[in-house]
Amino acid sequence: MAFAAIAGLALITAFIFKEGFPLMVKAGLRDFILSDEWRPLDRLAPRFGIFPMIVGSLAVTAGAMTIGVVFGVGVAILLTQFCPPRLVGLLKPAIELLAGIPSVVYGFMGLVVLVPFIREHLGGSGLSVLAASVVLGIMVLPTVISISVDALQAVPRPYYEGSLALGATEWQTTHMVMLRAARSGIVAAIILGMGRAIGETMAVIMVAGNTIAVPHGPLDSVRTLTSNIAIEMNYAAGDHRKALFATGVVLFVIIMLLNTAALVLSRRRAGGGHR
Amino acid sequence: MGLVALCGGCGGGKGEVVRVVGSTSVEPFAGELAAEFNRNNPGLYVEVQGGGSTAGIKAVADGYAQIGMCSRSLKPEETGFTTITIARDGIAIVVNQANKVGGLTREQARDIYEGKIGNWKDVGGEDKAITLVTREEGSGTREAFEHLVMGAARIARAAKTQNSNGAVRQLVKGNEDAIGYMSLGQVHGELKALTVDGVKPTAEEVLAGKYPLVRPFLFVVKGKPGDAAQKFIDFVLSPPAQAILEKEGLVRAK
Repeated sequence: MAFAAIAGLALITAFIFKEGFPLMVKAGLRDFILSDEWRPLDRLAPRFGIFPMIVGSLAVTAGAMTIGVVFGVGVAILLTQFCPPRLVGLLKPAIELLAGIPSVVYGFMGLVVLVPFIREHLGGSGLSVLAASVVLGIMVLPTVISISVDALQAVPRPYYEGSLALGATEWQTTHMVMLRAARSGIVAAIILGMGRAIGETMAVIMVAGNTIAVPHGPLDSVRTLTSNIAIEMNYAAGDHRKALFATGVVLFVIIMLLNTAALVLSRRRAGGGHR
Repeated sequence: MGLVALCGGCGGGKGEVVRVVGSTSVEPFAGELAAEFNRNNPGLYVEVQGGGSTAGIKAVADGYAQIGMCSRSLKPEETGFTTITIARDGIAIVVNQANKVGGLTREQARDIYEGKIGNWKDVGGEDKAITLVTREEGSGTREAFEHLVMGAARIARAAKTQNSNGAVRQLVKGNEDAIGYMSLGQVHGELKALTVDGVKPTAEEVLAGKYPLVRPFLFVVKGKPGDAAQKFIDFVLSPPAQAILEKEGLVRAK
């Protein structure tokens, strides 16, 4: 089973690189990544610059993770440290249910509730980095909360009791002992949440506006890498299709970089401790 | 509708197959006609597939499909084909029902989409910034709009991109400052379709040749089509089939 999964991953990787890489070379790697001109069907001078989409993906993901981490880890701390166990037994499954709601439903709710709200109260068209961030932030909550809770619950009980016995308050114990001991688990929660945020497509297409321009603020519209592929896949042929695969290659590399960075970071920090 | 068409043939599945491939704008209509045709012609089976205008023409050139569907005029480099206009489709420029603007000239529409005009007050509306809504690269509707309205100009980058008529409708319905464009048959009265150069976007005006934003829906064949394909083409051009197309919001071929 495990080998099948790895073989699958290798096949997918080889395939998207095979389809996408030649176009990146043809368009110029530098231009492909750093140019902000995306005109794949221009008959005289097609341009394949995905810089706006790269910025879009990063901006939306950063926004989503700000919301997701602050609320997600916060809720996890509340549930594990300050909540009666019986209530946790009720709340945690309820939160995990959130993960079962299809993304198109989140997107639709965002489109009919959040987008008009932003348009009326903050300005702009409402289809924005902010709307996408909030929707994604909510979508990653179940992942972040559930794994963080598991990590915090896995910290040996004596840590907690020992800290209290040494005279630390409950809050000091939480942030100086429990959070530190559970760090690698919480980082894993954040990585998984981030993976979901950067890969999510449907909900983002519905609320982000999909403009091909680098956003200058949270109220501007953006198109993410995944949206770019999904929106244009229908009719794409020839170089246009290859350019979408190349977009996938860039997405793949970004996800790999983020995951590696997060892993290295968590190992280095956790290195001093004993787990 | 496409699904209905496909399943119309699931039961039989035998006999001579005519493949019709191409534009996803034409596909639902062709699918409906194919279902009707298959019901009345046992022994023949018309199979309709999407893929886009360009893919359809390529499929005909390769001999994979007998008939290609195309929602634009052929490009200069696409030679050696015979085209049959099966219907025409108006492109409507749509705004929110609350918008006070009732019409635009083609120049105004182009300037708006190019980003030169950014406020409704410059075209007789309220003092509000215009939210542009466009279709994605590769869409036949976008191609037709670029050809009929934009000419050599480019659609501004600030335009929000939606990848279906439905998504454009949803956005314009929910935003009083938005402008979009879509197939005339898809407007459904929830949006306000603007007059263009003073002509109302209605089937009558398209038929009379007055409404300027019209694209042909074509069948594309190479050489002389086979008997079965010809039979389907004849059916599509027959009055009952044309009446079906008209009921679906298109405008008759002639």
